Amino acid sequence: MSAPSPVRPPTVARAHSGVSSSLRDRACIIGIGETAYSRGGTPELSQLGLQLQASARAIEDAGLKHTDIDGILPFPALATAEELAANLGVEDLRFAATLHMGGAAPVAALQAAAMAVATGVARHVLIPAGWNGYSGRRTREIVASDEGAIPGGAVARDYYMPFGLTAPLQWYSLMARRHMHEYGTTPEQLGAIAMTMRQHAQLNPNAVMRGKPMSMDEYLASPLIADPYRLFDCCLETDGAAAVVVTTAERARDLRRRAVYIMAVAEGHPYPADDLLNRPDPFSVGLTYAAPKAFGDAGVRPEDADFAQIYDCFTFEVLQQIEEAGFCARGEGGAFVEGGRIALGGALPVNTHGRLLSEAHVLGLGHIVEAVRQLRGDARERQVAGAEIGVVTGWGDFGDGSIAILRN
Amino acid sequence: MNARPLPRLQGLTREFYAWCARGQLRFQRCAACDAWRHVPREMCARCGSLEWRWEKSAGTGQVYTWTTVERPMHPAFAGDAPYAVVVVEMAEGVRFASTVTNCPPERLRIGMPVRVVFERRTREIALPRFVRADGAQQRGPWGRTRP
Ligand SMILES: [Zn+2]
Repeated sequence: MSAPSPVRPPTVARAHSGVSSSLRDRACIIGIGETAYSRGGTPELSQLGLQLQASARAIEDAGLKHTDIDGILPFPALATAEELAANLGVEDLRFAATLHMGGAAPVAALQAAAMAVATGVARHVLIPAGWNGYSGRRTREIVASDEGAIPGGAVARDYYMPFGLTAPLQWYSLMARRHMHEYGTTPEQLGAIAMTMRQHAQLNPNAVMRGKPMSMDEYLASPLIADPYRLFDCCLETDGAAAVVVTTAERARDLRRRAVYIMAVAEGHPYPADDLLNRPDPFSVGLTYAAPKAFGDAGVRPEDADFAQIYDCFTFEVLQQIEEAGFCARGEGGAFVEGGRIALGGALPVNTHGRLLSEAHVLGLGHIVEAVRQLRGDARERQVAGAEIGVVTGWGDFGDGSIAILRN
Repeated sequence: MNARPLPRLQGLTREFYAWCARGQLRFQRCAACDAWRHVPREMCARCGSLEWRWEKSAGTGQVYTWTTVERPMHPAFAGDAPYAVVVVEMAEGVRFASTVTNCPPERLRIGMPVRVVFERRTREIALPRFVRADGAQQRGPWGRTRP
């Protein structure tokens, strides 16, 4: 009755042998900005205020004025382009759009931004995200109370929530257990991911978990939340914001910062995207479709990456994306993350800032910011020596995916 | 806020739960190509047909995966922990999230055979739940003998 999952759905082969994007190297990230990250206390800035602070820093970092911005791609439900533009003093906003892909939205927004600047629709596109994710409304409340919050909201409301399946970590833990069943993935392998992120956070002054290292025993002793997920399989909820600015490769040459080129970028949607449970291939997600396209367009292979910033809402999603991006074969992710391979100094350092699991949760933008920092050579203690090519992924909703391949 | 969430009875979801309220688990089946489907949809993704019928499920399936919720995220389930949400792969091939009412979370196993029962919630709504269908009183391959 339940046949083993095919390694790759056949549609993927079609996707990456098909039309390739002409965006290669035509757009650059030229500015990055972040707020301080924190948990608790009274936040000094509102959700919008945090995003404005990060945006202003990204615009300043790029050597631009607020009025140079003519495209804004805000994260779903956290701010509107209209209010961002009104606060920033952007009078002539030529391009505004929101991509409804949850945590996959910021990397997918790089694709929209690259299209906009490459075609001349806009010149400087701002991509912000941020929230009082700790002090304000929590994700579980948003997901449980507002069916419009995610594209599969009606399915979740009518067919998941009545049975007690109410939150993202519960959805994904179902996939983690099935993966353990099919491939023998272990709790210690998920623990290796959590420990690596925590280790990296020790080198990041802005990481919430700096000064709090974690052993495997501590990981395994953390309470189960939705078995097989323990507390330390779960991302942080924090207050903070980040932003980046995208422009054309030509324009980037005039600006003061070392440009980071978008070699390729792609978004992908699982099939079906609005129901997590009825996929012919249960492990196929948006990234399964997007990654072969992106690597094909960039003309590089996964093993050419010097690092990867992988959206880490929960540990298993890191493992799954490592497989689906093609860093290893389906089922080999557990062995891949062991033995220090994904730590700084390993073959593929992952989340060199500690990210959602140990730095802060700013909805996928922090992964882009850290990739830019690495490719500028500005990551200090946690710099990947000689980094030239980096991969960034996004993950959201029921497995929406996005991937960017960046170079310096 | 502490009320248990119930499906919103509109469109095809109203029809799905109306069958459940009559004690029948039915899924959509394409009138053109016979493909079963769930969640309810207007068009057959396999052949594009807009014609379909509600066809009675055998009501049996196997545990496909599950999660044991130790810390509920929704206040309405706060008193239930630990509880397991189970994904059942039905004999027809579709998968359905629910619970197994007569099996504690630690006895669940992937592949465990289950069959549907109904829990009446309101006049209009009954929720499909599942029970073990492997003769839980007998010594099975997974658990010890149950009283
Ligand atoms: Zn059909």
